[in-house]
Amino acid sequence: MEKQATINLEQQFQDRVDQDIRIEPKDWMPEKYRQTLIRQISQHAHSEIVGMLPEGNWITRAPSLRRKATLIAKVQDEAGHGLYLYSAAETLGISRAEMIDQLHTGKAKYSSIFNYPTLTWADIGAIGWLVDGAAIMNQVPLCRTSYGPYARAMVRICKEESFHQRQGFEILLTLSRGTEAQKAMCQDAINRWWWPSIMMFGPADDASPHTAQSMKWKIKRFTNDELRQKFVDICAEQVKILGMELPDPELKWNAERGHYDFGKINWEEFWQVISGNGPCNKERIAARVKAHEEGAWVREAAISFANKRAQKQRPAVA
Amino acid sequence: MKTFIQIQRYGDYGDREPVKAEGATQNQADWPLWEVFIRSKMGLDHKHVGSLHAADAQMAIENARDVYTRRQEGISIWVVESKYIHASNPDEAASFYDPANDKVYRHPTFYDLPDELKAM
Amino acid sequence: MFHLTLHLADDALIIGHRNSEWTGHGPNLEQDIAISNIALDQIGQARNFYQYAAELCNNNREAYTKFISSPAFHQVSGPIDEDDLAYLRDAMEFRNHLLAELKKGDWAVTITRQFFISLYQQLLYTDLQYSADKRLAAIAEKSLKEVNYHVRWSGEWVIRLGDGTEESHRRMETAIDQLWPYVGELFVPADFQLEAAASGLLKNPEYYRQPWLEKTGAAFEQAGLMLPAPNWYQKGGKQGIHTEHLGHLLAEMQYLQRSHPGAQW
Repeated sequence: MEKQATINLEQQFQDRVDQDIRIEPKDWMPEKYRQTLIRQISQHAHSEIVGMLPEGNWITRAPSLRRKATLIAKVQDEAGHGLYLYSAAETLGISRAEMIDQLHTGKAKYSSIFNYPTLTWADIGAIGWLVDGAAIMNQVPLCRTSYGPYARAMVRICKEESFHQRQGFEILLTLSRGTEAQKAMCQDAINRWWWPSIMMFGPADDASPHTAQSMKWKIKRFTNDELRQKFVDICAEQVKILGMELPDPELKWNAERGHYDFGKINWEEFWQVISGNGPCNKERIAARVKAHEEGAWVREAAISFANKRAQKQRPAVA
Repeated sequence: MKTFIQIQRYGDYGDREPVKAEGATQNQADWPLWEVFIRSKMGLDHKHVGSLHAADAQMAIENARDVYTRRQEGISIWVVESKYIHASNPDEAASFYDPANDKVYRHPTFYDLPDELKAM
Repeated sequence: MFHLTLHLADDALIIGHRNSEWTGHGPNLEQDIAISNIALDQIGQARNFYQYAAELCNNNREAYTKFISSPAFHQVSGPIDEDDLAYLRDAMEFRNHLLAELKKGDWAVTITRQFFISLYQQLLYTDLQYSADKRLAAIAEKSLKEVNYHVRWSGEWVIRLGDGTEESHRRMETAIDQLWPYVGELFVPADFQLEAAASGLLKNPEYYRQPWLEKTGAAFEQAGLMLPAPNWYQKGGKQGIHTEHLGHLLAEMQYLQRSHPGAQW
């Protein structure tokens, strides 16, 4: 009897998803759905927060006042995006403190791209163009994801992301029209960021067993490989405007397919970086832990002060 | 009926351990959660835009200004601690909202007015 | 006038730079965003002042560039712009208060320094918006709106930390101790400030000492903190004699511009 009731709830839930009706925090949802969302949203939030570090690395060295201001604004936006996403996850019954703890203890993962170092100013441009470009392509479909708070957070984020990509491309464009040294800096950054960027779309479809199911559930509108192909096609054209090259000798227009063919991705590197062996994994987490620990007394002081003031304002009981 | 959603999307690389969602202890030093409502333009209602953490109401308003109005989205901010929000129960949605279905007189298009009447 | 404008620009840039060091490292997300906003306001103010200083410089290049000895600056071909002033002057040509260049320290140092400087800027810009120089007046008027918020924000944090926990109180006392010797310089006029006062552009900063002390005292009282007695103070920032910290800050900030002379970014 009880089992029957659960199946009905599950059926109703599935019907709503099928009809594109958003699931909201107080609605019944399968436990597995809730867990998967928590994991997914918090990993996305962690990616935003860890992503502040490689770019923040250049704030104090930005080469002009305008670049300095726009870079601060961009990194600050990422803090905002992390905050929107943590808030969305909190509607599912997990606190931000728990999620941050999972990040700091290595239980939760984040996008592997942020474990690569930013070595020159051109890297800031390459991140904007390629990394944010790949992120936008992944994120736009999430604006229609089935969980309401997540979808709404994504709408906000996507609006702000387009400014980031334009900013990045403009940095590269300026370098590409600059001195020989600047051009070399630009090409070098593209060389280092290209492959990690296309890895951001995740494993190939044949190595990604859940894709078919997610598609059926209308959670995923495009497969990893479809999105990756779309990204390669766009970048292969945009790089011409920069007068630069993508570091892939096999990149070639395939008229028959109507797409660019491209070389083989080094998945071994992808999994190594994901599992903690990237160039900066340890530094990134250490930086987050340090900020969190050094902020502990500040957070405690603020709550202690708020409690004291609340006590004072409460009229004394006679 | 065990095939629930296995999402494999951006940012989802699997976990080493399952995520714990309930029963976790809340540290006393963690700032409470606040819901933020912003009025975008003169005359429009305050709209829920999201939430944030703050130690007190004053700080919540300032945080809301910094977080949710970075692009001049608002001119007025309300905040309320999330625990004070009471929400309707979705299971009762039928008794709550369906009766309004037949009260078409609440909607402006119910009234048949001459086309010459503009801007009403 | 040129020196006064540069001084205002340098103050805003250097403290903005220091605050931007928190971006990505704040005590939590909300405060990370808050301090980054303040850094953005300050860099915006710096740009307005530098742009004006650059115009003044371009209008009378010989009169003003003789005050700048950095070879990199003199290699600029064509008109001077905001970035030439920010990135190609050497430490001894910067005219900011020492207080602005001190390391960011912990959150207590950052908050206390911000409160001290914001209060000073609030008094200064309130007058400057009525200055005979219309450009400076306009920049001051625009900046004042931002500074009023900085005063409110940092003032609340001063009270919160002063009256928070034992640890936060102790850290505030340490911060005040550390910063207090650099407060005196705010109110002792440099030559360019005396000239500006003589020509009616701006009041002598000595004039702001009393109201500044009163406002700080009021906040400290609410915070349960003691206002230190007047004591010996460090000076020289406005004359170009800085602490050791500024050289490192500029070495980091300016290196790309310096290693690629004449490049566009």
